[in-house]
Parts: sequence; structure tokens; C-alpha cells
Amino acid sequence: MALTKTQFGYRRHPDQDRGAANIAEHAIVVVGAGPVGLSLAIDLAQRGQSVVLLDDADRIGEGSRAICFSKRSLEFWDRLGIGQRMVDKGVVWSVGKIFHGDSLLYQFNLLPEEGHKRPAFINLQQFYAEAYLVDRVEELPAVDLRWRNKVTGLEPHNDHVVLTIQTPDGPYRLAAQYVVACDGARSSLRQMVGAEFTGQVFEDQFLIADVKMTAAFPTERWFWFDPPFHAGRSALLHKQPDDIWRIDLQLNRLADPAVEKLPENVRPRIARMLGHDKFDFEWISLYKFQCRRMNKFIHGRVIFAGDAAHQVSPFGARGANSGLEDAENLAWKLDRVLRGTSPQALLESYHIERSAAADENIRESTRSTDFMAPNSHQEARLRKAVLSLARETEFGKRMVNGGRLSTPSVYDTPLSTADADSWHGGPRPGASMPDAPVAGARGEPMYLTDAFIGAGTSFALLEFSNGAAPELPDGLGTIRIGGKGGLEGGFADPTGLAARRYDAEPGAAYLLRPDGYVAARFRHPTRAALDAALARAAGHN
Amino acid sequence: MALSTRSNFAKPDDAFRAIVEAHRGLNDEQSADLDAALVLILANHIGDLDVLKEAIALAARRMLDTSQRQQQQQQQ
Repeated sequence: MALTKTQFGYRRHPDQDRGAANIAEHAIVVVGAGPVGLSLAIDLAQRGQSVVLLDDADRIGEGSRAICFSKRSLEFWDRLGIGQRMVDKGVVWSVGKIFHGDSLLYQFNLLPEEGHKRPAFINLQQFYAEAYLVDRVEELPAVDLRWRNKVTGLEPHNDHVVLTIQTPDGPYRLAAQYVVACDGARSSLRQMVGAEFTGQVFEDQFLIADVKMTAAFPTERWFWFDPPFHAGRSALLHKQPDDIWRIDLQLNRLADPAVEKLPENVRPRIARMLGHDKFDFEWISLYKFQCRRMNKFIHGRVIFAGDAAHQVSPFGARGANSGLEDAENLAWKLDRVLRGTSPQALLESYHIERSAAADENIRESTRSTDFMAPNSHQEARLRKAVLSLARETEFGKRMVNGGRLSTPSVYDTPLSTADADSWHGGPRPGASMPDAPVAGARGEPMYLTDAFIGAGTSFALLEFSNGAAPELPDGLGTIRIGGKGGLEGGFADPTGLAARRYDAEPGAAYLLRPDGYVAARFRHPTRAALDAALARAAGHN
Repeated sequence: MALSTRSNFAKPDDAFRAIVEAHRGLNDEQSADLDAALVLILANHIGDLDVLKEAIALAARRMLDTSQRQQQQQQQ
């Protein structure tokens, strides 16, 4: 962890000197400086909002914790200006292998095509991600990050919230128009608003060990059912930066956590797995997990995001990535509502879109977990049948569930305008924009996701030009794609992949939301249709 | 497509026999393993989730009927 700052100082803030009758008022207070809270604060700041970001600790948490960051998360971080740093440090991967016993059952490639700026996944210890996000925050005067500021009281009002905050100098209070709780699975704000957080508790125990060793295993996700080194259970091996390897072992339901966690008990298990014991422990953690979400992500002026709002099992990399998707979904909406360019009702779409995504993530990760840890003899028997069929049939391979990895949800949302034209491919309204290679004004190679960033932070129209220059609504960013030869003030599509991935012929246009999701698409947009779709996507309904 | 409950085999006895014979010589555990694999193979062959769900509902309804009958008999 050298060269990475992880310890931060508490600093007294002038807000703490104000009297009880004269407390400071802020537009947005974000609680929790984890990956979600930090990313949200950066996004809001880049949109011109001032954000107070509170964290009860004064350091970045230890242990690797989340390690898999998805393509979608990297594209979000690109917009925040830190995607490249994450990728440079991270371990890029897209291939997963599933073993049964000691033989390979099948392998999958999560990004089997070229022409994307970002890989399917990188592995990066969460503390690196957080440290890079903190560095970015420190470049942004609009984010006021206050360490060792612990929220101990929450007083909801119609149009604001008053928080009581404990610090080393004693408590103070401040008011916020909106509070976003990104304070993790054990969210204290969730308890303060009295929200239920119910769901399924899994009895199986898993042991995570991050070990340091030099090894020549490829940078792939390896998953075993019933491996010779861990009979009857499952195991996972995955590479992280700095020669750290994530090992995840399923344990007996009745195993005693205190005993299992002892390094002298963990070591022989892992030595059996690796075939040697030339490794050191970085981090050992034993966990059970739950799949659950809040009924409502919005409680008056308090909005919940990330693990505070929903929790899933770790198989599928759906925890941190879904939290980051929450942040990118919420930032532009909150910005518009605070500016008055959208009605407050726009925020309701955050709950609609992200709670449906949470349900999907819970469903997927529950299925993976049930497959790994069958609940009955018959479930175990069905799994055994799938695993044996997978040796000789394609359908069997596809049924083997060693974790279905996170992909962005497609939103069924009131912000989308239903297709009126006929499409045979491309992202439908509610889906995130696929990337594609394009060429800039001087022929320089770049990506559609870069062009999207260049088009500003508001809505953007991705046009596949037919030469006409339609009159566009004010404030709408534009990405104009010419053919192979490009066009003045626009981009070329030298490989034709952009047109193909969007099922676009000249004249077609996609209306993109500020978070890069498709709001509407047209074969030949009219000004009236664009205005209507834009109004709908901005929550004016 | 809806679940077909018409008789689809020209010789239904042959089909029934083929399944019965597959279980000959197996103990309960082995039979259950065979059935599990067979269900998955046939489900994939059908390849239609709605039909599969109808088939599951039909099978489950029969189980329910059986247990209700048993309860009634016990009450008598």
C-alpha cells in the first residue's frame, strides 16, 4: 500500500462554530466516504453542486473487500476522471473457468469482442479504488470531505433534514436539502429513518483469504465445484494487483468461525489448493451473507444508495458495482432537481430504476448461492445432475452457476420513450450505451464513451448523420457520427462497429441520458419527438 | 405453445416401459439421480419456460391432490 494515502486527518470546520439557532445549510450532504459516496460526491461536484461528504472514520478501511469492478463502473469512473488510473493499477480480465473436481467444465468470456475502451472487469483492491477517489475529491473544491464526522441524529423536515454530527471536538448540527446515505450495510441512517431491511439470510459460511505469492496462473476467474483440495465444497481463485490472490472457500454450515479463521487452520487448506505453502496472508475474513433491500430507497429528503439500500451475496460482483450504478443514476437527477430544471418527482425514478436493479441482483446472486450451497437433498441431486450433464452437453454447461457476473440492468422506466420505429438490434430505451471505436476530427482513434464525455454532462444526442443538420433543443449535447470518412465537427466510424452496435442507418439518433442510458431512439427524429422524449426523460410528465 | 396433455406416443406403453426399464436394478438413490438428469434433459429439449411451468404445475397439483386424499382418509 506504499504511495497510497489511506490515513486522513480530522479538521475542525467553521460549521462547528455556529450557534444552535444559526446552523449551516447545505444543498447536499453525503454520508459515507466509501466507493459509492465518493463517486457520487465527485459526479455531483462535476455538475456544479457543492457537496459535504461525511465519514465516521479517518482512514480507508483495511482488507481488499470488493475486488471486481465492472466495465460499467469503469465507464462511470472515466466520466469522473479516474477510470484510467484504476485500469492502470488493476488486473484486467474477461475469462472465467469453471472446474468440477479436477477437470475443466467450461470457460466463458465476458467480453468476446473488440472495440471497447474498457475490459469486462478489473480486479482492484477496494482500498486502492477509495484512495484514488479521495485523491480526485481533493482536486475538487466543491467537495468538502470531513473525516471523523459521525452522524448521530437525523431530524426530517418537509424540505430539509437536520443532522447531528459527532466529532472529536464534540457534536454540531447542520441542515441539508438532501441527505444521501451511502453508509454501508450496517447503515445507521437507515436505522434512524426506521426503515426495515429484510430479506434472506444464508447459513453457509465462506472464508476469504487474500494471499501474497508469485504465481503463474493466468488472470482469469477460476471457480471449482468439489475440487480435490476442498472436497464437497466450492472454491474461487482470482488475481489482484501486487501479487495478491483472492481465495474464497465455502465452509461447512456448522464450522466455528473463530476456529476457521485462525491462520494455522487456513494455511493447510490453501496449501492443499496451491500445492505449496510459499505464501503470506494479507487478509482473512469469514463471512455469511444476506440478500435484502429497503422497500423504499427514498425516505423524504433522505436517499439511500449502495449497501445501505441493498445487499447481495458476493458471487457475481454485484455489491460495489451496483452501488456505483446507484451513484451514477442519482447524481444527475439530484443535480437537476436542485437546479429546478426537473421536478422533484424525477427522484422517484431513482427508486424505480435502482430498486428493480437491486431485485435483479438479489435474484441472480441468490440463484448462484443456492447452486453453490444446495438447500436440500433434492437440490443437491439436481445440481449433481447439471454438473455431470455439463461434461457432455452444452445446455448442462450453461446451467452450471458459479456466479453470474454483474451487467448493467435495463430499466423499465417512466423516463424512457417507447420505440415507435422498428429496430433489429442496438440498445433499447432503458439500456446503457454500448461502446464502439470511433475516430476524432484529426482521425485520432477514440471511443464512443470518450465522445459521450466530450458532449458534456447533460443529455446528448448520438446522431448517425445523413448530412442534414436538424435543429436541436437547447442545451442538448451532440455526438455526430459520419460514415467511414467522418464528417466536419463529428466523428468517423472507421470500422462500422458504431453503426452496427446501434443498428443505425444514416439519419438514426439515440437520445442519451446524462448517465449514459438510452432514453429514446428514432430512425428519423423530428424536433417535436425529440422535445417530447427529452421532457419525459427529464421527469416532466 | 401450451403444454400438451393429449397422448403423443403412438404406443404409450412403450414409452412408459422405457422409463421403467431405465430404473431396473437401481436403488432409490440411483433412481432419483436418474430422474433428476432426465428431467433436466427433457426440460431443455422442450426449451419453453411457459410449458415447463405448466408441466411443473400439473405435477405439483397431483402431489397436492394425493396429500389431501391421504388427509381425508386419516380423518375418516
